[in-house]
Amino acid sequence: MKDGGQADAVELRGVVKRYGAVTALKETSFAIRDNEFFTLLGPSGCGKTTLLRMIAGFEEASAGEIRLYGEDIAALPPNLRPVNTVFQQYALFPHMNVAENVAFGMRMKKVPKPEIERRVAEALALVKLEDFAARRPSQLSGGQQQRVALARALAPGPKVLLLDEPLSALDLKLRQAMRVELKEMQRKSGIAFVFVTHDQEEALTMSDRIAVMSAGEVRQIGDAQKIYEEPADRFVADFIGETNLLEVEVARTGPEGAAIRLAGAEFIAAPRADVKAGEKTVASIRPERITLVAPAGGLTGVLERLVYLGTDWAATIRLDDGRQITARAQNAHGQKLPVGPGERATILIDEGAPRLLPR
Amino acid sequence: MAGGGAGGGGRTQSAAFAPVRLWLLLPSWAVIAIFMGLPLLIMLVYSFLTKEFRGGVIWEFSLAAYDRFVFDRGLFGDDPPVLNTTYLTIFARSLIQALVATALCLLIGFPAAFYIATRPPEQRTLWLLLITVPYWVNLLIRTVSMKFLIRENGPLNEFLMGIGLISEPLPLVNTDIAVQLGLFYSYLPFMVLPIYAAVERYDFSLSEAAADLYADRWTILREVTLPAVRPGVIAGCILVFIPSLGAFLAPDLLGGARTFMIGSLIEEQFKGAAGDWPFGAAAATILMTIVLIALLLHARAEARREV
Repeated sequence: MKDGGQADAVELRGVVKRYGAVTALKETSFAIRDNEFFTLLGPSGCGKTTLLRMIAGFEEASAGEIRLYGEDIAALPPNLRPVNTVFQQYALFPHMNVAENVAFGMRMKKVPKPEIERRVAEALALVKLEDFAARRPSQLSGGQQQRVALARALAPGPKVLLLDEPLSALDLKLRQAMRVELKEMQRKSGIAFVFVTHDQEEALTMSDRIAVMSAGEVRQIGDAQKIYEEPADRFVADFIGETNLLEVEVARTGPEGAAIRLAGAEFIAAPRADVKAGEKTVASIRPERITLVAPAGGLTGVLERLVYLGTDWAATIRLDDGRQITARAQNAHGQKLPVGPGERATILIDEGAPRLLPR
Repeated sequence: MAGGGAGGGGRTQSAAFAPVRLWLLLPSWAVIAIFMGLPLLIMLVYSFLTKEFRGGVIWEFSLAAYDRFVFDRGLFGDDPPVLNTTYLTIFARSLIQALVATALCLLIGFPAAFYIATRPPEQRTLWLLLITVPYWVNLLIRTVSMKFLIRENGPLNEFLMGIGLISEPLPLVNTDIAVQLGLFYSYLPFMVLPIYAAVERYDFSLSEAAADLYADRWTILREVTLPAVRPGVIAGCILVFIPSLGAFLAPDLLGGARTFMIGSLIEEQFKGAAGDWPFGAAAATILMTIVLIALLLHARAEARREV
C-alpha cells in the first residue's frame, strides 16, 4: 500500500513533548501507514499515551510536525482533527442514551438527520448492540460500554482511529475475545488504528506493526515477528516475551553469522555487521531455542528447577560458571525430558538463535 | 443481574434490625418534629385565627388574614370585595428580586466555582476559605457595610467619580439595585459551594471526548459539562432563591419604601404594636406553599428525566 505515492495515515516529524524541564517524548519521527493496525507498546510512563494524545490534539507538541494524510494538523484543536478516540475509561456521556452517544460526533459535524440515524444503526450493528440503543451507559456492563465507545468513535467516519488502552478495564476472557473483534473491525473499516497498550500479548496478536517505547523514546518499529526474533536492543528483547540475556565474547565473525563463546563453549549467533572478534557483548537467547540433552560435553550445567506449565515445561539451569538460564520444552507427543531435576545436562542452542545486542 | 438471592438476604437482615433502628432514630425524629414541624403547624393554625389588636391572636376561626392579602373590603368591611393589588405587587416584586438575585449569583458563581474546582487540589481549599470569609461576620454588619460602601459620598461613588466615569454620585441607596447588591453579596457562596462540589466530581475526559467528536468549547459546556453538573447548579439556585425570596435585612437596610419585599411585610406584622399576627402567618403560608409547589414540580420533572 505504501507505494504508488500514497501519503501515510499519520506521519510524525521530529515530534517532542516537554513538560517544563521533563521530556515526556524525545524527538520522534515515524510513519503509520494507511489501513494499518499500529500499536504503541511500552511500560507505563514510556510516553505512548502522550504520543497518542498529541495525535488526537489533547496535548500540544513542543516541537515537530504531525501530518495526517500529508496535512500538518499539529496546530489544530481536537475538534478540527478528523480522528476519533476510544478512551481508556470510555468517557461515555452519562446523560445520553447509547444511540445519542453514538450520534454525537455526526450531530456536531452537521450530518443530515436521516443519515445519522442510518449510521447509528450501522455502528450499533457492527458492535452487536442493536437492542441497547435506548439504554443509558450506566445500565450497561463494562464490555458493552466498551463497544459503545468503539461505535461512537467509528460512526463519524474518522480517517484514523486512536485507542487508548481500551481493553485494560475488561476481564481476561472478554479481553481475549475483543482482540479478535478489534482486528476484524479494523479490517472492515479500512482505516488505520493506532492502539496504545502495555500488554505485549495484546500487541502481538492484533498489530500489523508495533512501536516498542521506553522512557520517552521509540526503541524499535516492526511487525510482531521482527521485534520478537530480531530485537534491536536489550530493552526490546527483555520487554517482549521471555529471554536470557547473557554476556558473551565474539570468537569469529563471518557472513553466515558470528561465533560466540559462552562459558567455554561456542555457538553460532545471527549475523551482525558491527561486531568484531574479541569483543564482549550481550546475547539474547529465547528459552524455546534452547534444548537440554543428557550430559555430553559442550555447555553444561545442572537442572535446578522444572515447572510444569501445561503446554510447556520451564527449566531453570545453573551453568557451571554460576550463571542461570531458562529453557522451554514443548509438552508434545507425550515425550519426557531426558534430564530430571538435580541432574547434569548439556545445553544445546539452535544455530543462529542468539541475537547480539548493542551493549 | 446475578445475586438476587444475596439481595434478598440483605433485606431479611435489615428487617431484623428495623425495630432497633427505629428507636435509634427517635431523637432525630423528635427534634425535627418539635423544632421544625411544630413551628410550621403553629404558623398554619395562626393564619386561620382572628387578630388581637396589640399583637397575638384570638382563638376564633377566621379567613380574614387571607382575605386581606387579596381583597380590599373598605374600612369596615361592608363594601363588596375589590381586588387589592398592594400585597400581590409586593409578592410579585419579591419573586422578581429573588429570581434576578439567583440569576446574578449563577452568572458570577458558576465561573467562580468552575475556576476553583479546576485549580490544583492544594489551592482549592484556600479559594473555598476565601469564599466563606465574609460569613465569619454577622449578616447585619455586612449589610450595613454595603450601605456605607454605596452611599452617596461612599467609596464606590468616590472611586467612580475619581476615574471620571461619572460626574455626579449615583443615588444607589434605597433602590432595587442596592437590594440586588445586598442579596447577591449575602447568598453568593450558597451558589458557589454546590456547583464547586459538582464540578470537582466532573470527569473532564467527557469534555475531551466531546472535543474529539467535533464539539467546540461552547457546545461542550452546553451539551456535556452543564448536564453533568446540573444537580449542583439546581441546588445552588434553590439555596439562593429561597432565602432571597424571604429576605428582609437587605430590603430593610438598603431599599426604601418602593422596594418593600414580602420578608419585610411579614417581619412588620410580628415586630410592631400595629402587627397583625394572622396576616403575617397567612403571608408566610402563601409564600411557603408557592415555593413548595415549585420544588415539587421540579422534583417530578427531574424524576421523569432520570427514567
